[in-house]
Amino acid sequence: MNFVFSKRAKITTLVLMALGVIGIIGGLNSHNPHDHGGQEFWSNLLVCGFYFFAIALGGLFFYALQYAAEVGWSSQLKRVFEGIFHRNIPAFSLVLVIVFIASTLHVNHIYHWMDPGTYSEFVIPATVEGEHSTYTDNAEATGAQVNLGIDKIIKNKRAYLNEGFWWARTLVYLGVFIWFGNWFRKKSIEEDALDGTTLHVKMFKRSAIFLALFAVFSSTLSWDWLMSIDTHWFSTMYGWYVFSGMWVTFMIFATIATLYLRDKGFLPKVNDSHIHDLGKWMFGISMLWSYLGLCQFLLIWYADIGEEVIYYQQRFENYGLPLIVMCIINFVVPFLVLMARDAKRNPVFLRLSGCLILIGHYVDVYLLVMPGTMHGHSHYSWWQPLMFLGFLGLFVYLMLNSFTKAAMVPVNHPFIDESEHHSI
Amino acid sequence: MQKEAAIREPLILGDKSYSQITEDVMAPIVGSPTMWWKVLITISGIIAAWGVGNILYLLGVGIGTWGLNKTVGWAWDITNFVWWVGIGHAGTLISAVLLLFRQKWRMAINRSAEAMTIFAVMMAALFPGIHMGRIWQAYWVFPLPNQFGSLWVNFNSPLLWDVFAISTYFSVSLVFWYIGLIPDFATIRDKVTGGWRKKLYTALSFGWSGRAKHWTRFEEVSLVLAGIATPLVFSVHSIVSMDFATAVIPGWHTTIFPPYFVSGAVFSGFAMVLTLLLIMRKVMGLEAYIHTKHVEYMNIVIIVTGSIVGVAYITELFISWYSGVEYESYAFINRATGPYWWSYAIMMTCNVVSPQLFWFKKLRTSLMFTFIMSLIINLGMWYERYVIIVTSLHRDYLPSSWSEFHSTFVDLGIFIGTLGIFMTLFLLFARFFPVLALNELKTILKSSGENFKKADH
Repeated sequence: MNFVFSKRAKITTLVLMALGVIGIIGGLNSHNPHDHGGQEFWSNLLVCGFYFFAIALGGLFFYALQYAAEVGWSSQLKRVFEGIFHRNIPAFSLVLVIVFIASTLHVNHIYHWMDPGTYSEFVIPATVEGEHSTYTDNAEATGAQVNLGIDKIIKNKRAYLNEGFWWARTLVYLGVFIWFGNWFRKKSIEEDALDGTTLHVKMFKRSAIFLALFAVFSSTLSWDWLMSIDTHWFSTMYGWYVFSGMWVTFMIFATIATLYLRDKGFLPKVNDSHIHDLGKWMFGISMLWSYLGLCQFLLIWYADIGEEVIYYQQRFENYGLPLIVMCIINFVVPFLVLMARDAKRNPVFLRLSGCLILIGHYVDVYLLVMPGTMHGHSHYSWWQPLMFLGFLGLFVYLMLNSFTKAAMVPVNHPFIDESEHHSI
Repeated sequence: MQKEAAIREPLILGDKSYSQITEDVMAPIVGSPTMWWKVLITISGIIAAWGVGNILYLLGVGIGTWGLNKTVGWAWDITNFVWWVGIGHAGTLISAVLLLFRQKWRMAINRSAEAMTIFAVMMAALFPGIHMGRIWQAYWVFPLPNQFGSLWVNFNSPLLWDVFAISTYFSVSLVFWYIGLIPDFATIRDKVTGGWRKKLYTALSFGWSGRAKHWTRFEEVSLVLAGIATPLVFSVHSIVSMDFATAVIPGWHTTIFPPYFVSGAVFSGFAMVLTLLLIMRKVMGLEAYIHTKHVEYMNIVIIVTGSIVGVAYITELFISWYSGVEYESYAFINRATGPYWWSYAIMMTCNVVSPQLFWFKKLRTSLMFTFIMSLIINLGMWYERYVIIVTSLHRDYLPSSWSEFHSTFVDLGIFIGTLGIFMTLFLLFARFFPVLALNELKTILKSSGENFKKADH
C-alpha cells in the first residue's frame, strides 16, 4: 500500500513553505543595527540548514545501523526512515552549499578564518576610499605592508582550515551521504520484487562500510561546519556531541512520522511495541546527548583554562536563558516524561514531549552557531521562526512525497515476519 | 508470540532438550574436578600467592618499593586499576545493555561475564587500597564524621567520585549477578542428592520455589536492575576518566575522555570475556552453547568499540595540533616519538589496527585467531593506560624535572599476582557455580535451538 499525500497535508506543508519564504524575505531585509551584511540572516540559514540536514543524516545513520546490527523489529518502519533521509539529504545539502558558497565569496562572515586579513602576512591598503584592502603573502608586491591584524592561531590552522581543503572535504561528505542514501533506497525498492536474501546481505555489508565512513565524517563535518565558527576554540568531544543531537532529533522525527502514518492506516501492523521501542530510543539518545553535553561542560568548567572556558562564558553571558531552558527541555523533559513504560506507549506523551525536544534541539544548534557569528548581538525576531517553519514544511513535504513513491511496508525483507510479531 | 527469522543462525546447537541443558551445566558441579581444572588452579594459586606475598612486602616496606619517583607519581598502580575496572565493563554491558536490547546470544555468556566483572572490580579496588600506604585506614576514603578520627573528604575530587562510582557499581553488579543465579541454584538444589552440596545450594537459592509469582518478580527485578546498571556502565569509566581529564596536564585534559574511556573499557572487557570463554567452552564442553556465532557477535562489538577508540585517538591527536596549544601538541608528539614511543606504537597497533582484521568474516569466525586477538587487545589496552599515565607525566614543565619510570619486581609481582587471584576466583566460580544461565537459556531453546529451527522451516 502506497501512502496517499492528502490534500490537507499538501496545503499545510505548502503554507509552511510560504511562511518560510516570507521569513527569508524578512531576514534579508532585517534591521539589526549590529548586523553588517546580513550576517544574522546567513547564520539563521546555516542553523536551519544544518538542523534539518542533521535529522536526515541521523536517519541514514540509524537506517544503516538497523542493517548492520541485524535488527528485526524495525524492519516494518524502514520506509519511514527512507522517506526521512532519501530526498532531504540532497535538498538540505543544497541549503548548506548555498551558505558555504556565500561564505567563501565573503557575502557573509560566518567563518572568520576565511577572511584573508586573519592569515596573510602582508596587506596592500586600499588607495581609493571605500574599497577593500587586499592581502598577500608576497612581500615583493607593490605597496605591501606588514599585516598587523594577522591572527597567529588562525594562521597556524591554515593547513586544515583553508578554502580548498575545506570544500574538498565538504563535497566528499555530501557526495558520500547522497550516494549511500540513494543506493539504499534503490536497493530497498528492488528487494520488494526479489526473492531470497542476496540483496539483504549486500545491504548489510554496505551499511557497515557506511557506518565506518560516518564514524569519521560525523566528527570532521561538525569541526568543519560548526566548530570552526569559533575558530580559536577546540574540544575533542564536539563531534560526538553534535552527532548525538543528530541522532535524537531523527528518533523523534521518526516517532512522530510513524504515529502519523499509523493513524492514517498506512502502517497496519505497527503495534504499541514498535511505538514503545521508538520511545525508548527517544529517551535513551536524549540521555546520551545529555551525558556528552554534561561531560564536555564539566571538564571545561572544572579545568577552567582560559582558551576553553571562553566558549561557555560567551554563551552564559549573552545566551544564558536560552541555554538553560534548552538544557531543561532536552534533558529534564525526556527524563521525567519518558521514563515510565506507559508514557513511551502513549502517542500524546510522545508527540508533546517530542515536539518540545525538537524545539530544544533547534535552540541547541542555534547556540552552536550564533554566539560565534553574532557574538552578543543576535536579535531573535519574527522572521527567524518563520524561516524555521518554512524549512520544516519543505522537510515534511519531501518526506511525505517520498512515502508515496514506494509501498509503505516492505515485502521480502527477511525480518518482516519478526517485526509483525513484535511484542514486548 | 515472538518469532525468529529463518535467516538468524541458531544459538543452541545440536539436538538439546531442557533436561540436557541442565545436565550440561551441572556436569562440572556434581562431577569430580577434571585434570585441566586442577592444573589451572594450581598454577593460578601459585601466582596468586606470589602476588599476595608482594602485596605484604609492599605494605611492610612501603610505596618506595614501586618504581615511582617525584615526576612519575602514578604508574603501574593506576594503570592496573583502570585496566581492571575497564575489564569489568563487559559484564555489565552484556548483562544490562544487551538485556535491554533483547540480544538473546547474551544468555550463553552473561553469567561468566558478570562473574568476571565482579572479580575484576575487586582486583581494581585493591590498587587504590594498597597505594594508601596505611591500608588499615582505608575507610578514610568514605565521608565519615570527624569524630570517627578521619578528615572530611574532598567532594571536589574525582578520586572521591570514583569511590562512590565503583562501590555503587560493585554492589549493583553483585546483586544483579546473584539475582540471576538464584533460579539456577534452585535447579541444582533440586538435582543434587544429599551431602554438603544439597545444604550449600539450599542456602544459596534463598527458598526459590519456581512459582509463577517468583518468576514475575524475577523478571521485574532484572529489568529494574538493568535500568540501574546501564547508566552505571557509563558513569564508572567516565568518572575514572575524570581522574585525569579534570586536571590541566596536557594529554590528560581533553573533553572526549569520558565516552572514549567507556568505549575502551567495553573493548577490553570483551577481549577478556573472549580469552576466558574460549578456554572455558573447550574445557567444560560447552561448545553447543558458546559457539562461532557468539564469538562473531563479540568480535563485532570489538570492531565497533575498537574503532570508536581509534576515532578518539585520532581526534585527540588532531585536536592537539589544531588547538595551537604548544604544550598539548608537545604532549602528543612526545607520546609518538619520545622515549616511550614503543608503548604508543603497541597501543596503536593492538587497539586500532589489529581489530580491523575482524572486518574479514574468515578471521572473525576463527576461534584460534580470535583467541590470539583477545590477548593482543588485553595487552594493547593495558598499554593505552600506561601511555596516558606515564608518558603524560614523565616530562614535567621544567626540563630539570624530566624523569623516566622504571618498574620494579614489586610492580610486576603485584600485577601478575592480581591475574593469579582473578583466575583463581574465576576457576572456583567455574567449578561451583552454574556457568551458564541455564533457566534463561531454556527460554530460547524452542525459538533459537538448532533442532527446533530446522523443524519449523
